Amino acid sequence: MVNMQDNISIKSKARITEKTELADGIYSMTLCADLCSKAEPGQFVMVYPNNGAKLLGRPICIASVKKDTADSGEDLLRIVFRTVGDGTREIASYGEGDRLFIEGPLGHGYPTDEAISDRKHIVLLGGGLGAPSLLYLAESLTVLMNTESTVAENAVPKIQEKPHITAILGYRDCSLKHFLADDFRGLGINTVIATDDGSEGLKGNVIDALKETVKEPDLIYACGPLPMLSAVKKYAGAAGIKAYISMEERMACGVGVCLGCVAKTVKEDPHSHVKNARVCTEGPVFDADEVDI
Amino acid sequence: MKSAELSVDFAGHHFRNPLTVASGTFGSGMEYSRYVDIGRLGAITTKGVSSVPWEGNPTPRVTETPSGMMNAIGLQNPGIDVFIERDLKFLEDYDVPVIVNVCGHSVEEYEAVVERLADDDRVEMLEINVSCPNVKQGAIQFGTDPDMLTEVTQRCKTKAKDKPVIMKLTPNVTSIADMARAAEAGGADGISLINTLTAMKIDIYRRKFVLANKTGGLSGPAIHPVAVRMVYEASHAVGIPVIGMGGVATYADAIEMMMAGATMVAVGMISFTEPEAILNILSGMERYMEETGTEHIRDIIGIL
Ligand SMILES: Cc1cc2nc3c(=O)[nH]c(=O)nc-3n(C[C@H](O)[C@H](O)[C@H](O)COP(=O)(O)OP(=O)(O)OC[C@H]3O[C@@H](n4cnc5c(N)ncnc54)[C@H](O)[C@@H]3O)c2cc1C
Ligand SMILES: Cc1cc2nc3c(=O)[nH]c(=O)nc-3n(C[C@H](O)[C@H](O)[C@H](O)COP(=O)(O)O)c2cc1C
Ligand code: FES
Repeated sequence: MVNMQDNISIKSKARITEKTELADGIYSMTLCADLCSKAEPGQFVMVYPNNGAKLLGRPICIASVKKDTADSGEDLLRIVFRTVGDGTREIASYGEGDRLFIEGPLGHGYPTDEAISDRKHIVLLGGGLGAPSLLYLAESLTVLMNTESTVAENAVPKIQEKPHITAILGYRDCSLKHFLADDFRGLGINTVIATDDGSEGLKGNVIDALKETVKEPDLIYACGPLPMLSAVKKYAGAAGIKAYISMEERMACGVGVCLGCVAKTVKEDPHSHVKNARVCTEGPVFDADEVDI
Repeated sequence: MKSAELSVDFAGHHFRNPLTVASGTFGSGMEYSRYVDIGRLGAITTKGVSSVPWEGNPTPRVTETPSGMMNAIGLQNPGIDVFIERDLKFLEDYDVPVIVNVCGHSVEEYEAVVERLADDDRVEMLEINVSCPNVKQGAIQFGTDPDMLTEVTQRCKTKAKDKPVIMKLTPNVTSIADMARAAEAGGADGISLINTLTAMKIDIYRRKFVLANKTGGLSGPAIHPVAVRMVYEASHAVGIPVIGMGGVATYADAIEMMMAGATMVAVGMISFTEPEAILNILSGMERYMEETGTEHIRDIIGIL
């Protein structure tokens, strides 16, 4: 939790330690930051342009967090983003040694309890810029499962079988150089690539690829554009599979104050008392059954 | 030298300093209380509340503009029942006067909310947002018609009993002075301004409006000079005190507002960029007073 002291800023200045262009207009950036609490997979940070006329943060998912061993116990935060407009273009123009204000981690991420209890085949579905948040989830799941199985071995004689994880990453075409796919593979995760035009991997979207490659998924995590998330909701609903989806919406405050970022919900939301939940606070990850998309 | 005296009197009520937050940019303080000591604010102004829950507009509801932003939240709020049970209850734990912002689609709806708050000791003053469409009369905003404005003011005043009623004016009018006078004629104890300026943004590649609502309210530093002009014109047209707002981001902006005629100043969307901005503005004002030998902040109100 954030320090409750007077005048403590939640925004902190982070130093860029590395930047690479993964594909045309897609950047990976690592920042040495003092995150105000432990980041969970699926959470995001607000990255502020230095241009003083741009007053709002740019929400970007956390692609990975590691403790900085060299520095004073700060966090090494990785983000992966696409240049869309002036804000992300400015952010991409910085490099090692430059500084940016960031704020976070923010929001609610992917619940992982179910994944480590009784699931057999977990599928991660990433469309385009959905891959980064799933990468941090994949890292966390692999760590969780390893520690969990040791505990299980000590406690109960029967060794529980670890769930299988498949990552299915969808790209527009091969020009995107299946960015981040190797990072998933590096974790020992079965990784499938799909492109809209079939120029690399399977032809079609991530749902097509899912039907083709995984027989009985029993838990889905998805992040990507809205039409893809709607399709995931429909597919998972029909098949009776639990699905968690990460939503995107325009944000101003990022912390639940302005009510700019709402997603339509099926039931009345306990905070808003109308059928709107704040993507920045209740989300960005929602149970697919709960949102009306 | 004596330390700077920041307290002000507004509509017969005493405030430890002139700073509050602009309605809708600070919620009811629940979220920002993690970063800002609410007990140091002159007052807290809560998000607009109506008699029943309002869904608000479809998304996108917000977008950035140069030195500002546009919003079309559509006054989403949980309704007065939840507000009283949850938000006012939360604020009981803080030593801060509460200004409740009220919205409605009909005069009756305003009255219903005001009536619920009139006897509530936790409420210091009421601020009536008249930038709402009057559904019964062709959706024209209450605050753009002087007669309608006077009527809403009178009817809210009657229901409010002893609570001061502040009418929050919209800048989307030809003569803000006429509107200030219309509020005063209805018996308002004060006025606050400016609400957001109606604006539009188009995505030229998608050939669509950026906001689902087509138009949205512009706020932030970009509108500050307009706000200063309007606070000046309105405060000179009436004898009742003014809460000035619109793009206040620094202590200098707040001092400027007061010199233009505001007794209190509200800090708005800059909290989204920097939640603790209001506290920095407060300390900046103290420094300004010390540096310029200003003993009482009230000495600079409306000096021009
Ligand atoms: C929770 C969340 C996580 C995200 N994670 C990533 C990520 O990991 N990688 C990535 O590349 N992108 C991500 N995005 C999208 C990213 O925030 C936008 O691409 C970015 O804000 C665009 O900024 P800009 O200044 O370049 O664009 P402009 O169009 O110039 O921005 C104008 C305004 O609109 C907002 N905006 C524009 N597009 C979007 C959008 N798609 N979503 C939200 N706000 C938008 C901007 O923040 C800014 O306030 C995420 C969005 C959300 C809501
Ligand atoms: C996201 C947002 C929500 C707002 N909601 C309300 C509201 O509920 N009631 C109201 O009277 N004004 C509302 N306003 C207007 C502000 O209170 C203020 O008048 C305006 O933003 C100008 O101040 P600023 O430029 O400092 O933000 C809102 C403004 C913003 C940006
Ligand atoms: S961005 Fe303000 S409530 Fe979510």
